[in-house]
Amino acid sequence: MTYWEQFLIQVVFSYLASIGYGLTINIPHRALNAAGITGTIGWMTFWILDYNESLGRAIPNLVGSFILATLAYLLAKKKKCPAPIFMIPALVPLVPGLPAYQAIKALIGGHSILALRLIVKVCVVTGAIAVGILLSTILIEILNLHTWKKHL
Amino acid sequence: MDYSSKILETCLLAGRLMIEAGSEMYRVEDTMLRIANNAHADDPRVFATPTAVFMSLDGGKLSKLVQIQDRGINLELVDRVNTLSRKFAQSEITVDQLYDAIKEVYKTPSYPMKWQLVGAGVLSATLMVMFTNSYDWLSLPIAGIVGVIGYWAYMMIQRITNLRFISELVSASLMTLLTYGFQHIFPAISIDHVLIGALMTLVPGVPLTNALRDMFLGDLLSGVVRLMEASLTAMSLCAGVVIIMRFLGA
Repeated sequence: MTYWEQFLIQVVFSYLASIGYGLTINIPHRALNAAGITGTIGWMTFWILDYNESLGRAIPNLVGSFILATLAYLLAKKKKCPAPIFMIPALVPLVPGLPAYQAIKALIGGHSILALRLIVKVCVVTGAIAVGILLSTILIEILNLHTWKKHL
Repeated sequence: MDYSSKILETCLLAGRLMIEAGSEMYRVEDTMLRIANNAHADDPRVFATPTAVFMSLDGGKLSKLVQIQDRGINLELVDRVNTLSRKFAQSEITVDQLYDAIKEVYKTPSYPMKWQLVGAGVLSATLMVMFTNSYDWLSLPIAGIVGVIGYWAYMMIQRITNLRFISELVSASLMTLLTYGFQHIFPAISIDHVLIGALMTLVPGVPLTNALRDMFLGDLLSGVVRLMEASLTAMSLCAGVVIIMRFLGA
């Protein structure tokens, strides 16, 4: 499959996945489409950076979650909704589901060392996502401070 | 009921509903304080945790505690309470109207069950391709079907029991069992791919994200509690898969 075919499939699927998770946690109807788009942008950032696997797993996850969290804050301000309504469905594609599953598999097979290595991978990816969200919180604080000073 | 107790009741009701619906603590405390301040209450103080909300008014003369028994996930409810408090801040409604409106919010419509199931199916099928990075078109519909049935079982078990983590464990086992059943019929599908997709419907995304946000904003107590909740959920998922796989697979 060529790069662009894969790109197209990933765009459509990440949009659908975010909307699907949004339906199961009952986000407001008016936020559904925006949550899907946030999810697509976050995942595609990760996917493009991760495509050559030259950056490791942490950096693409960090950048992806940073961009989607910032977008969620901006959308929250525009639509006057709480930010998690966009952030939670959009973060779902970035959750380290594959290493977590492989870790369980390794545990069942009795490969404890491999399992530990995979669990550490899960922790690193989760930490990277957390740092991405933290950085976007800081960015939004700075932006808020800036606009606040302008009004003064 | 006099004016101050009415404010107290309104704030506590709003806070309780928001925590039950899975909001972050910072938002709960902020909303409650905003309602109190906009009603010109004297010296309002709030302390919210995932299991109880405390509030006091009038320098401690009026204070009340509300316990929180069940914590579900319904982000639409959080949004509605938020919108109501915003309306109250712009003095579009009075305290009495706010109280009645928040009581009504309780009956907020959620998506019908079949839509939630469609969501679960779409989620499992698409995430299977995205995570495994293999365009396995045979396993894709199977992952969707297993995800739908597993999620349906999860919702049903949650309705009949108050025990935590049981619903995740049983539905994860059911998903694993179903996957082995499907592999019997279609030997070409990959058990790993199907299960990775289907299990993602039960992933504790909301408690995890909220735990992180709580911690960054200084609510360490609820952050740690929610992180614990998320990891226990993940562990019961693992246990559900392991129990079946140990006997059927590997």
